Amino acid sequence: MDIPTSDIHKQAVKSLDTTSLLTNAARQRDARNYDAFPIVDVDCHHYENESISEIVKYIDDPVLKQMGMLYTGGGTGGQTPFNPGLVGYQDVAGRVTRYPLRKTETTPGDDQHRDVHLSLRWMDAMGVDYVCLFPTPMLSLGLHPQPEVEAALAKAYNRWLLENITAKEERIKTMMYVPFSDPEAAYETVKEFGDHPDVIGFMIVSVRYHAVHSNAYMKTYALMEELGKPLGFHSNYNWNDRLVGNSNRFLVTHALGFTVYNAVHLCNWVVNAMPERFPKLKTVWIESGLAWIPWVMQRLDNDYKMRWSEAPSLKGLPSEYMREMFYTSQPMEKPDNLDVLKTTFDMINADDQLLWASDYPHWDMDVPSVIYDLPFLDERQKHKMLGGNAIDLFNLDVSKRFPNYKPA
Amino acid sequence: MAKEILVGKASDFKEGDKKIVPNGKTSEIGVYLVHGNWYAYANLCPHQGGPACEGLLMAKVEEIIAEDKTYQGMKFNHDEMHIVCPWHGWEFDIADGQAVADRKWSLRKFEVEVRGEDVYVLA
Repeated sequence: MDIPTSDIHKQAVKSLDTTSLLTNAARQRDARNYDAFPIVDVDCHHYENESISEIVKYIDDPVLKQMGMLYTGGGTGGQTPFNPGLVGYQDVAGRVTRYPLRKTETTPGDDQHRDVHLSLRWMDAMGVDYVCLFPTPMLSLGLHPQPEVEAALAKAYNRWLLENITAKEERIKTMMYVPFSDPEAAYETVKEFGDHPDVIGFMIVSVRYHAVHSNAYMKTYALMEELGKPLGFHSNYNWNDRLVGNSNRFLVTHALGFTVYNAVHLCNWVVNAMPERFPKLKTVWIESGLAWIPWVMQRLDNDYKMRWSEAPSLKGLPSEYMREMFYTSQPMEKPDNLDVLKTTFDMINADDQLLWASDYPHWDMDVPSVIYDLPFLDERQKHKMLGGNAIDLFNLDVSKRFPNYKPA
Repeated sequence: MAKEILVGKASDFKEGDKKIVPNGKTSEIGVYLVHGNWYAYANLCPHQGGPACEGLLMAKVEEIIAEDKTYQGMKFNHDEMHIVCPWHGWEFDIADGQAVADRKWSLRKFEVEVRGEDVYVLA
């Protein structure tokens, strides 16, 4: 296949083979003996849009279903009733070649879904045992102007995912997409799918303008707490946002957007004392990296001490609540001065609260060595951050791959 | 003494070509012919270990800033070619292997010798 480059001529590149692309990751796996302990990836992705013609068949509403089947069938000029549309080029204009080459990768034409084949390829190369799989374009669905469309598509996707992906491969789990724009649909989603064994938690896509502390969501949080499964907030960028999209470079809207959306939701979650209202509901802040957490901790603590009356239900500093939350590591910033990163780890109690994530196949993915090679961690800490903490949090049964597993 | 790895015939390379050759059982070296010069680098990105030499070769991007300091667009500068790691997009100057965003990071460089028709890399 040819990829247009800076050259006058196109550059010929091989078809994509995930296993081959990740040969060096497999070498890291072997050199570091990842087979000796479980590795859990708390945030990875597939491209559900590639299966959208399968997914729309699961829509209940006959009118939306007809519309979905029409627009996913092609021949309508590229419009879609589902994706609110995001401008962007995560692949750095093709430099991250697995994006433009993605369609060239072949998978066996057997009963197993292509997404399962592709997932297992990179999981095996990296040495990952279990994953929590998330969609990709649907990470922007919280911006959809029609709440009923988010609700319908979420329900269809959730059903499709459980029937066609997680049911077929026990190493793939998911945190269920919660259609947050419609509080009743959000509640119904948790009710319908909450006790499914492949559902290890619930996921709200963070790019949206809904208040997480709205009374409309309290019964949903209560149900999640009762089910004993955590709630994740998965961030994203949004170049259409008037603030964090106010840049002419994707670099900026990505660097800021992925942190700011989660920062806003987390701040509202804390100052409204949600951890006091739902003390057993654990929250996971996904794909914002780590550098933002010390910033928010310090800002909230500083203001809280001066404006205690605005957060009167808290029984401690905001940062103390934040130390009890969970954070995925990716994309893990790696400052030249590693003391900065170590301090961040200390501030968030990373020994117990940090969860490694790859975000594969997205452009800023992390391999397990981002944690494993940190010089200030001992072997036990590495094992916990790469898998043990997630196994505890999600109550994952890893006995098939690690019959003698004992928590570190 | 450095080990010699036979890369192939010089005449098999045209401008901008590369060939990746094994260096032992668990590593490779990418050999390039760019602007008439030979270069060789380890196929191992210093960032997270990606196969840098398996990525694209792209020209340096430059901004066009007018005398009045206004932005007038961007252009490719083909005098400076970059090896782009396919995992994350880190770019390395083909001339010295340094990461253009942070030159304290670089690809490991190897010497290339052309003897007669044969191209060798000294590993």
